[in-house]
Parts: sequence; structure tokens; C-alpha cells
Amino acid sequence: MNDPKPIGLTERQWKVVGTTPLRPDGVDKVTGRAQFGADMHLPNMLIGLVLRSPHAHARIKSIDTSKAQALPGVKAVITSADLCDLPSEFVPAGEMMVNYRDMTRNVMAREKALYEGHAVAAVAAINEAVAAQALTLIDVQYEVLPHVLDVDEAMKPDAPLLHDDMITIGVEPKPKPSNVAKRVEFALGDIAAGFAQADVIVEREFLTRPVHQGYIEPHACVASFSEDGHAELWCTTQGQFIVRSFCAKLLGMELSKLRVTPSEIGGGFGGKTVVYLEPLALALSRKACKPVKMVMSRTEVFRATGPTSGARMRVKIGATRAGRITAGEALLKYQAGAFQGSPVQPGCMCAFAPYDLENVKVVGLDIVCNRPKVAAYRAPGGPIAEFAVESVIDELAKQLKLDPVEFRLKNAAKEGTRAAYGPKFGPIGLVQTLEAARAHPHYRAPLKPNQGRGVASGFWFNVGGDTCATLNLSEDGTVSLVAGTPDIGGSRASLAMMASEELGIAYEKIRPMIGDTSALGFNFLTGGSRVTFSSGMAVVEAARDMVRQLRARAAKIWEVPVDEVTWEEGVARATVGGVPKSLTLADIAKTAGKTGGPIVGSAAINAQGAGPSLATHVVDVEVDVETGKVTVLRYTAIQDAGKAVHPAYVEGQMQGGAVQGIGWALNEEYIYDDKGRLENPGFLDYRVPVCSDVPMIDTVIVEVPNPRHPYGVRGVGETPIVPPMAAIANAVANAIGIRFTELPMSPPRVLEAIDAKQAAQSKAAA
Amino acid sequence: MAKHHVTTTINGDPVEFLCSTEQTLLDVLRDVLYLTGSKEGCASGDCGACSVTLDGRLVCACLVLGVEAQGRRIETIEGMAKGDVLHPLQQKFLEHAALQCGICTPGFLVAAKALLDRNPDPTETEVRYWLAGNLCRCTGYDKIVRAVLDAAADMRGS
Amino acid sequence: MARVILSGTLKQLAGGASELELDVRDVRQLLRALGERFPELAPHLEGGYAIAIDGEIFQDAWFAPIGPDSEVHLVPAIRGG
Repeated sequence: MNDPKPIGLTERQWKVVGTTPLRPDGVDKVTGRAQFGADMHLPNMLIGLVLRSPHAHARIKSIDTSKAQALPGVKAVITSADLCDLPSEFVPAGEMMVNYRDMTRNVMAREKALYEGHAVAAVAAINEAVAAQALTLIDVQYEVLPHVLDVDEAMKPDAPLLHDDMITIGVEPKPKPSNVAKRVEFALGDIAAGFAQADVIVEREFLTRPVHQGYIEPHACVASFSEDGHAELWCTTQGQFIVRSFCAKLLGMELSKLRVTPSEIGGGFGGKTVVYLEPLALALSRKACKPVKMVMSRTEVFRATGPTSGARMRVKIGATRAGRITAGEALLKYQAGAFQGSPVQPGCMCAFAPYDLENVKVVGLDIVCNRPKVAAYRAPGGPIAEFAVESVIDELAKQLKLDPVEFRLKNAAKEGTRAAYGPKFGPIGLVQTLEAARAHPHYRAPLKPNQGRGVASGFWFNVGGDTCATLNLSEDGTVSLVAGTPDIGGSRASLAMMASEELGIAYEKIRPMIGDTSALGFNFLTGGSRVTFSSGMAVVEAARDMVRQLRARAAKIWEVPVDEVTWEEGVARATVGGVPKSLTLADIAKTAGKTGGPIVGSAAINAQGAGPSLATHVVDVEVDVETGKVTVLRYTAIQDAGKAVHPAYVEGQMQGGAVQGIGWALNEEYIYDDKGRLENPGFLDYRVPVCSDVPMIDTVIVEVPNPRHPYGVRGVGETPIVPPMAAIANAVANAIGIRFTELPMSPPRVLEAIDAKQAAQSKAAA
Repeated sequence: MAKHHVTTTINGDPVEFLCSTEQTLLDVLRDVLYLTGSKEGCASGDCGACSVTLDGRLVCACLVLGVEAQGRRIETIEGMAKGDVLHPLQQKFLEHAALQCGICTPGFLVAAKALLDRNPDPTETEVRYWLAGNLCRCTGYDKIVRAVLDAAADMRGS
Repeated sequence: MARVILSGTLKQLAGGASELELDVRDVRQLLRALGERFPELAPHLEGGYAIAIDGEIFQDAWFAPIGPDSEVHLVPAIRGG
């Protein structure tokens, strides 16, 4: 059976893709009906709470839970003894490489508490008050150790060691134990020769601080173990199959015995691709033989869940007077938190990715310190590295007296450009975003004193991965679509749109839902900007599978060869004995049982071919020189989406990522006291952007189709957070002539720099 | 410690419940009455996800004690639609794609309604400052503000 | 013979070898051949790397085909957030 002849992506006439229908889960979300992680209540449910280390670094000498166990109303108490101890090796766990020895210790401390907030024990009781009281009855004996928070401090020879057996991978000969987990390197060409050719060289050092993903919904789950050893878990997560893999391993269970149902998710941004409460709730429920609900408080979210890394970096770039970059070099030192695994490697790969360079060398170090283990945060590693590189690019452009967009155009990566990490790019849209920036009215708008404009570009790879989807045809001709990737931002709508486009029936006839781990084959998590790409690809394939079956049924009914049956706009057609005949989807559905059985389209793929998404952002700021406050006046985000299936949701990703970047640039940071305890574990003092902080975020979607997706889709979710910090730093530099190389550029820091500059100027004048 | 018996009105309906002294109105709504539309984002009044109105006044339910509901009138997100007819704000949020994950949406809707009940023709700046007590991490606020301004225009009949 | 390029950490673990010619027809054969030639490399290859074949990236795809004139890079696997 042949599929219809493929049409070029840019010539195809779309019927549904590219429109903006209402999302199918929208009404439940605007009425409060939708069920998020903490909204689940089960009969007989216990409440679980976690006891957390008050010390940033301490050896755990003993834990006595006897008094807690004896408290009336307490049904279970657990420590690390209730989870499997696992060897240190990187094993594939649902496609990710995880170190289970680290994971089991992060979820509950064993030998040491490695950060303030590190889980040490947990209880389940009949209500929260009893559980809270039980925590106070657990006696933990700590031997407090010196702690270290900063990467350079952690690298000093006399720094306290978090892990006595940590030998840096990637260094020969093998060094003695340190806090440096890994060294990575990417290089092309000969940077010494490259710098020798340069007429202008700029070298700068940068410091960024850890920032949290800031999802408004704290982690929450309900676990229910049965006496025969099978369990159900309801949780807010970006990946129910990943949660199943991790929890089954940590609890020593077979995968089929654990069914994980993803709730609606109140934000993730990468921070919900790991487990914290889930294995604890399962272990408590297993002991108590009752459901256990656990919900993190906001302070727990800040104290004990992974932010992204802070970093220290050095970037050096050289260019000719004509504006061609001849060499780029960077050293990136990223904090991993208490266990190895910062995103320094993708950071190294992203750093110079927007540029066509012959000579490049990027070295990255993964360094542990006494902070929560970092977790993925939207384009993990990329924004940090690109903040540094895009800032230096801007300085270089200034020194060369070139417009920043022109300078980037002269050096932009294109199809065929070799990336620093090896392969050549397929078609990418950076040039198109730069040209759109240059042509945009924002770029020419007038500015007043203390106002400045900044530009920065950004890159993210995007991923594919294991994905399954099923389309079930009901007897009335409507279709239920089962996908396996939690819907964080409206992807259910895009998936239904793609099914609608392919099947040729109305969008409203397709009801999408997200299945639990028993409903589908393995699905990699929602993240990596992969859902519209991968689940979309699976849905299109499932729809094409269904269309093949529909044509076959029609062929049987009409007794004609299937090649004579066409499928268009939801209707099968053929000429039978000279007479044109047709059957709608609903017609075929009605008799499906008699023509062979229910009609189900399915796909199970490992989606390959995710294409990078490139962006350019333009921002205007005003600096109040009396207070140091930086106000964002105007913001334009331009990005290549490949094919925007639902343009409003693509815009939403661009706007949301840009505003997270604004927060990262201007206000967000972790503030620790001298004992390594977090002083701002709440939204009052961990200041994310509020509605009055930002203007409208204008968006321009550019479409350079990704030839490896049936509709040309590229992931878009992560790239938007990559350019903002450099764009704002560049804008501030233009506004007041001060280059900030440290984030955040919060009012006290900006004011200090303004005052210092004024003092230096008065001194020079005197 | 004995619980308190509270009689109140929620979304126009008479309601009775028992709660302990330290339970907040948010705890009561979610865990006693199973009205889970109001969300807990921070329990310290900084995120607005638990926004409700108390005798017509916009408050964070996490900063109100359950016992304070005695004899008063509470409106939550669950009372915003009338039967199967959505409030214009709810409709505009859908049309403008003003929600992505949706966790902050109930709080924003209650807060926006409280604004429009007082000021039917707010400027963009007034909308932004009124909603500054509601955090959204997904949308960047752009489409939320557009939806509120559009709903306001709709409700004014313009 | 496919041209296989190693860089950075992998190059180090392969004793400095940066470019190899290998007679392999798919990713699984490639990983096996690399692991046999450079035993230090073997533990790092499973799951931690994506393979770029003539510029197209394949993650966890044992049977992705490698042509006789293909240029192959090992690229650290990307996960995203």
C-alpha cells in the first residue's frame, strides 16, 4: 500500500496546522476543575512529611526514629535503609544516563547530608499535624563539617571534599580526589593561529548565580501500595515513564508492578524531570499499606530541589577588522550542587554554536559543592554559556565599530556550518532571525538618555526520543488520541491539530488525552522541546497508519484494489464499476466490527532528526541611575519554529522563556548565609518577574522547515531563555556605558557600579 | 484540641465545616471541602495562586484562617462560571491562549474579576499593577494582560 | 570506510586518536568497533553519546545506517529541560 505522494513542506496547503483553535483541556483549567499533583485525595490517605538537614555539610552519625514510630497516628517512618543502595555507575534509565548511587542519596541522605534541606528521614501519619510532630521526635546525630558553595573555592586544594572518592573524569594522569567531577573539551582548528590572525581580541570573565526554574506548583504526589507489591503513583511530573524507571529501581520493583499517572503539571521547565518525593511516598506507603500523599512547601522547593548551575566563565574572542571572527575560546566552570552532573557539557557545545568558526576551543568543568543537586532548567547549560559569549560578541562589535546584528550576520552559522562539537548543521534559521531583527521597527525606534538597546542570539539543539501514540476510532466516527508526554504548555491542542490535518476530520472530533504508564509503550519525558516534534511525529504516523486501514476497509467494502482508494478530507473515494463512491470516517467506523474489527492507528518510534532552533532577541532598557533599577521598556523575540503548528502556543513559549531570562538577568539569585543556609527560600525574596515588571513581549516567528519532521516542526520551548541575559547586559552597557559581567544585575549591584564609575570619573577629573 | 465549627457562604451556597485553629482558609477549601481550584504555590501570600474574595475583597486564602470565614461570603474560582456559561474573563483567557500550564490561572481569574468589578476600564498599567500579586512563570504575562483588557472591553459592551 | 572523528574527552580516552577509518555499517557496529579498539572508551559509549552521521544526529539508534563514505561524529547526548 502506498502513502500519498509527499508534497514539499513549503508548498503544502495546511487546513488546520497554523490556525489557533481553543485547547481541549482549557475549560477545565479556567474553571479550576483540572487536577494537578496536590489535588488528589484518596480514601484512607496518610500525609507524609520529610525531615531535612539543617546543615550544609555533615556526616550523619546516627538516626533514631523510635520515638517518632511510637507516636499515636504515625503509620510509617523511613530512612535511607528503606531504599536500595545502588552502585556508582552511569546506566541508561529510560534513555537518560543516571548515576543511581547519587540518585538514591539525593532522594534520601546516607552517609552525609550534603546541603541544607537534604532529606534525612520521612514519616507518614494520619494528618499533617501528627506528621509534623513526629519529625520533631526523630533524633539525628550530625558531625558538622566545613562547607563550600562557590566553584573556585571548591577547586582550592584545601577545600572540603564532598565525595572522598571523586576523581576527575577526563584528566590524565588521574588526579587525587577533588570536587571536580569531570573535565570536557571541544575543539576545532588551531586557536593560537586563530588569535594570531585577529586584529581585535576581547577577553572577559563572568559570574552567574544559580536560579530556580520557579514553577508555581510545588512537587506533589500520592502513592498507593497494595499488599501484593504492586503500586499506583499519581504525581506532577514531566515524564511518568521516567518516574516509573527511577522509582522501580530505587524501591527494587519490577516496572510492570508500578503504574504512574501524570497529573496536570503546574510548570516544570526541566525541574520535574527528576524524582524527590515519589520514592519516599512509595516507600512510606509500602510500609503503611495505605496511600500516602506528599506535597512540598515552597521553602522545601527552594531548599531541596535542583536549581540550575551558577558558573564562573572566561571567554576570549578575536576578529579581523573586516568583522570575521578568527578564534573563540572559553573556560566554563559550572556548579553541579551536591552530586555530579551540571549541564556544563551542553553549555560548552552551545557556547559558540550560532557562529561559523574555524578555530574554537571550549573547556568545561563540572564541580560539586554544598548546594542542592542541580536539575535541568530550560536549555540546560546553554543560557549561561551564551550569556558570556554574546556579551563578548557585543563588545567586539563595538570595538570594530560594527552594528551588532551586522557583526553576527557576517559570522552566522548556516546550513553546512560545522559546529564546535563536530557535525555540520542542516538547514537552520539564524540568518533569517537576524535579518528580521534588522528589519523590525523596534530596531530603529528612538531612545532617550539612560536608555539602551541590546541584541543577542541564541541556540538550542532540541531532542527527539522514544515516543508512542495511539488513535482509537470510536463507532460514531470520533477519535480518541492517547499520547504519553505530559502537556505543560498546550501540546494536546497541537497533537489533535496534527491528527486532524492528517485524517481530514474536524479538530473537535479528536479528543486528546495523556495516558499513564500502562496505556502506552515507553515515552521519553516532556522536555528538550520535543513534544510537538516527537509526539507530533508519532501522531502523524499513527494517523497515517489509521488512514491505511480506513482505505483497506473501504476497498474491502467496494471490492476494489486498495490502491484505487483515495483518502481526502476525511472521506474514502473510489470509482467502482464506473460509479464514484465515497465513505466518510464515520461510515467506516460504524461498520468496523464487521469489516475486520476496531480500527486503531498506532506508532511507536524513536524520533530522530530534531532540528535546532535559533533566535535573536532585541531589548530596550532604561536604567534609573539613582536607584540602580533596570526597567525593560520593550522586548522583541524572533525565533525559527520550523513550522508553527499552533502559533499562539509558539508565541507563548517565546514570551515565557524571555521573561524567565529577564528574571535571571535582573533579580533572581540564591542568597546563602555563612553557614551555607539559604536565606531567601520564598517568592518574596527570590524575586521572579511579576506582571508589572515587564512590557508586552512582541514575537516574530520565522519558519525554516526541519526536513526530518513530516510537517517541518522544530522544538521551540527552550531557545527563548538563551538570549535574554546577554541582550539585557548589552542594552545596559549601551544605556549607561557599564558592562556587567555578573548576574543578576540587581539594583544594589547596578547602583554600586554606577557610583564606582562616577567616583572614578570625579577622581580623574580632579 | 477540639475543632471549630464554622458556618459560611461559598459561591452563594451555605456551607458548614470543622477546622483546627491553625488551618488556613486555603487548607479548608482544598482538604476539607475538596474545592481544589484554589492552589497553594507558596503558603506565604507571595504568589496569588490561592486568590479568593472574602466579602468581595481580594485576598490570599493562605493568609486567612479557616475560622475567619465565619458568617462571611467567599467566592472562589469554582463560582465564576454560571452553569455552563463561562465568565467573559474565562472565555478570553482561552481565546488569547493566556494559560500554558494553568496552575496560576484560577488565581489570575479571581484577581482580574476583582479588578473589573471595581474598575471596568483599566489601562494596561493598571492591569499590570493590580495583577502584580499573581505570579506566572509560563506566559510572561503578555497574553494574560491582553485577555483581561479584551474581557473588560467585552463587558463594557464596547 | 566511514570516517569517524573523535574529539575532546573521547579523543583523550582513545589515546589522542582523533580520526579513524572504520568498516562499519551501522551505529551498533561502530560502538562495538570503537570499544574493541579502545577499551578505555567502552564504558563511556553506552548511552552517553549521540552519533552524527553526515550531519544528522541519531540518539539511541543502533541500526542507523552508516554509509561507506559517511563522516561520523560522536556528540554528547543532549536531554533538555
